Amino acid sequence: MNGNMERIYNGIVKENPTFVMMLGMCPTLAVTTSVINGIGMGLSTTAVLVVSNLVISLLRKVIPDEVRLPAFIVIVASFVTVTELLMKAYLLDLYESLGVFIPLIVVNCIILGRAEAYASKNPPLLSIFDGLGMGIGFTLSLTAISFFRELLGAGTLCGVRVMPDFYQPIDMIVRAPGAFLILGLIALVMNALSIRTRANDMVNGEPCGMCPKDCAAKGGEECEKA
Amino acid sequence: MAQLKNLSSSPHVRTSHSTSHEMFNVVCALMPATFFGIYWFGFHSLLVVLVSIASAMLTEFAFDYVTHRPNTLWDCSAVVTGLILALMLPPTVPLYIPYLGSLFAILIVKCFFGGLGQNFVNPALAGRIFLLISFGTAMTNYTIDGVSSATPLAAIKAGENVSELKMFMGFASGHIGVSIAALLLGGLYLLVTGTITPEIPVSMLLSFIVFCGILGGHGFDPEFLLSQFVGGGVVLGAFFMANDPVTSPVTSKGHIVYGIFVGFLCAVFRFFSNMNDGTSYAIVVGNLVVPLIDRYIIGTPFGIGRKKGGK
Repeated sequence: MNGNMERIYNGIVKENPTFVMMLGMCPTLAVTTSVINGIGMGLSTTAVLVVSNLVISLLRKVIPDEVRLPAFIVIVASFVTVTELLMKAYLLDLYESLGVFIPLIVVNCIILGRAEAYASKNPPLLSIFDGLGMGIGFTLSLTAISFFRELLGAGTLCGVRVMPDFYQPIDMIVRAPGAFLILGLIALVMNALSIRTRANDMVNGEPCGMCPKDCAAKGGEECEKA
Repeated sequence: MAQLKNLSSSPHVRTSHSTSHEMFNVVCALMPATFFGIYWFGFHSLLVVLVSIASAMLTEFAFDYVTHRPNTLWDCSAVVTGLILALMLPPTVPLYIPYLGSLFAILIVKCFFGGLGQNFVNPALAGRIFLLISFGTAMTNYTIDGVSSATPLAAIKAGENVSELKMFMGFASGHIGVSIAALLLGGLYLLVTGTITPEIPVSMLLSFIVFCGILGGHGFDPEFLLSQFVGGGVVLGAFFMANDPVTSPVTSKGHIVYGIFVGFLCAVFRFFSNMNDGTSYAIVVGNLVVPLIDRYIIGTPFGIGRKKGGK
């Protein structure tokens, strides 16, 4: 696996932003009431993430360390504005149903987190792939959550009724408690299948958790925690 | 020598009560109310009760089986959860409602948090709230003999007159456990057999009545207070749900604080919300406050603080 593909795998499975890192919970819980919303939110975040990662990576030697967070936010906010205007022009329905959560992409932890943890320390190409991987991971997670929420909570998928007529939609699933419930259940299934994520990694019998070091990938000899 | 191996260090169990014994007592205590509900509302309510219990037991068994845990079916707690949930449902609900309610109560509220003794709120109440949020129309449709009628509490809110005696005996529309007389009989049985202590029910009901008088807008008019007492689920909640040992405080001082708080919330939800009866929500909110109560009201450690020369 070369470096670029490794970043994509890392974003989708190993450090999946939603189910492993538990980042960006606000849009995850709020907009996943229908599949269209979930995919739309995921893709617009991906677009912002890729471009902002690229620009921050290019400017990483120019931005002074003391003011890096305001600088990151200015860059991210510019791209969010671009995305917002584009959506308003071409995808008005989606724009209206996502509402305030589009401008809120600016403060999405995933974007700032990747800027801080990855793009500001790594070359542009790798940063693009990192953003792409994280974005796809986020989109897939939102799609999975919104799939189950729309199916169980409204009996529809993308607005089309798919459940049999006798099925009574469970209203709670499309409301706030349902978001927490479905998120937790999917994380439970991922853990039960022991998919090798960062949260499940063990080095010398110690869980890695959110430890920033990358010893599990290197065979675990250098772990200082254990 | 073989018998000596069974010795353990103190503290020792000094009572013959066990979980299954206590749960069996609760089931017995609920029987009068259940039988009255089935007699008064007809055959369909029997189905609701049976589906609810069966679903609770099946869920618990399936969870234990799938996760390779010891089978906890015979501590009877699933039966109690299913039965209490059924008593809080309207008698005419479609049968998927008790099924899903018990499933939610046992699987998500109890088993996922570690089984009996670990649930953070009362499973049956959480199941009912889940159903109320999910299937609002079916859950508030109270029908007797094909005629849908307002519950006594809704009638009181609309300013109509109701017969307190009929409500007390249970000849009124409402959920399956509608008979206050039968529930009080069951509560008395629990008190006499020592399954529950009187602190929570008494303090909760007293505080409920006092706050009804303060907040209800009718002053301390005895008839108004009586109608509030015999309407809705406050008696069922006080004797069978608020004092669930898992989700109530440890000390008896804590019990009283908790009872007063839950009774206060019952009165508040009854008069200042769009629901007719908020007992379920009041007890669940009370459950969430229990760790806080236990933190500030600390019990005396075993064996400390005894009087000199006392027993």
